Amino acid sequence: MDRIPILKMGSALLVTIQVDMQDRLAMALEEDLTTRIAQTGARGVLIDISSLEIVDSFIGRMLDSIAAVSRLLDARTVVVGMRPAVAITLVELGLTLTGVATALDVERGMALLGERIAGAEGFDAGDIL
Amino acid sequence: MPVTSSDTMEIRTSDDIVRVRQKVRDLAVGIGLGLVDQTKIVTAASEIARNTLDYGGGGTARVEVIEEGFRRGVRVTFEDEGPGIADVTRAMQDGFTTGGGLGLGLSGAKRLSNEFSIQSAVGVGTRIMIARWKSG
Amino acid sequence: MASPDQARFAALLAADRDRILAAWIGALKAAGTVGQGRITAMEMETQAREMLGHLVAAIGEAGFDAKAPAYGRLRDGLAEISRTRAMQGFSPSETAAFVFSLKRPLHEAIARAEGLDPAAAAEIGVEASVLVDQFGLLTVEAYQKRREEVIIRQQREIAELSTPVVKLWDGVLALPLIGTLDSERTQVVMENLLQSIVDHSAEIAIIDITGVPTVDTLVAQHLLKTVAAARLMGADCIISGIRPQIAQTMVHLGVELNVVSKATLADAFAVALRRIGRTVVPARPAASAQG
Repeated sequence: MDRIPILKMGSALLVTIQVDMQDRLAMALEEDLTTRIAQTGARGVLIDISSLEIVDSFIGRMLDSIAAVSRLLDARTVVVGMRPAVAITLVELGLTLTGVATALDVERGMALLGERIAGAEGFDAGDIL
Repeated sequence: MPVTSSDTMEIRTSDDIVRVRQKVRDLAVGIGLGLVDQTKIVTAASEIARNTLDYGGGGTARVEVIEEGFRRGVRVTFEDEGPGIADVTRAMQDGFTTGGGLGLGLSGAKRLSNEFSIQSAVGVGTRIMIARWKSG
Repeated sequence: MASPDQARFAALLAADRDRILAAWIGALKAAGTVGQGRITAMEMETQAREMLGHLVAAIGEAGFDAKAPAYGRLRDGLAEISRTRAMQGFSPSETAAFVFSLKRPLHEAIARAEGLDPAAAAEIGVEASVLVDQFGLLTVEAYQKRREEVIIRQQREIAELSTPVVKLWDGVLALPLIGTLDSERTQVVMENLLQSIVDHSAEIAIIDITGVPTVDTLVAQHLLKTVAAARLMGADCIISGIRPQIAQTMVHLGVELNVVSKATLADAFAVALRRIGRTVVPARPAASAQG
């Protein structure tokens, strides 16, 4: 089965979701991310969903639980690039993903991760990312 | 109500959910639904398709373009021969779930559709219809 | 299929066409729909001649079955004429009169018709009346549809015009809302704002409702949804200009706007600037800059 690639950048993991995800692919991603965070000691996870045309409750739940699991493993999660139509639909669906941090694009997402990690550690963001 | 196009698709695996989404998207684009309306009906279809698979043990989705007077819409009818829903009213409430999900499937799909109907009988199965019209 | 009587009648009509047309045009002129700068007698006559031609051909082919394909050209032609009438400023009854004025000339033609037995003539008379009525309704419907299209287009234009998203600073947008917010308009507002957030790559959007007279539960919910959707995209919203009465109503309605809210647009802008790491300082007086 196909898997979504996870890239490592500094102490952050970067995932770009580019396909209309089938449920098993989403579950595999959650598992893979958990393993990689533990293996690499990553402090941040950035998930770029700018290519996704829909996020239903299943994908929404996956994002929520990735954020929750990462938190337990001491990593912050930022979801970036959600499209307006997707955001409106998710809200209408009743999902607001309150546990997930968001940013407009990858650049801002990385900056946000940098701040959060630095904030938690008392480092300068530049040292980490 | 005239139906100008109709396709019936099997829902047996989670790949089929993706196929239903794509089909609904194609028809929604075809009748000129706006991007937000497309996204809403595709998402609603995805929710119900997953319900059909997870709770109904699989079934079918009939994806149609419908016409009424001057307006056109996309309608998707899901049917399964699963265990059925004992208390439909309760199942329609936010947060109701038997499957460990968030329980937003039915109520959320209803909010995302212009039309929604559900018939279910215990031991017989469930039929859910959702539709979204192109406004103007 | 046309019955033999109907086919004979169609042939009679074809032969009698000029007289029917003259009577029809006479009726139209008497009704006062010609002239007044909207349509010339010539145009009216051309339209009437063309429609009569379609009608006679269709009766010959399909009898009085208005739904038959043979009537397609007549239907399309009448619909087009009605749409044009709607644009030219005709009233619905004036538009319908175009078709209804044909009723009497048709009946006169039936009365004149030779070679039809009285029973068949009576039957044809009734059917012709029903047919004219159906096409009369069709013209009204087409007229109405055109009007509705105009209204919908205007509503959309108003909605777009009345919800300008303005850029206050790099990364800071404002949406000054004016007038009553209904569900449809709020949807347009929401989509515009969210798209602008993407286009301008804006981190902060200020929704100013100083110009909104009332906020009911539904509107409040829409505002909250907009804020939630913007957050999902990675932008923050600030609501400004909630009037005292509105604040009170909202509390009484039990609506909790659980978002950052500022009294004025200026206050909200100050917050936005702070968030993006900017401050406003007094400019140095020119004199001290030189000395």
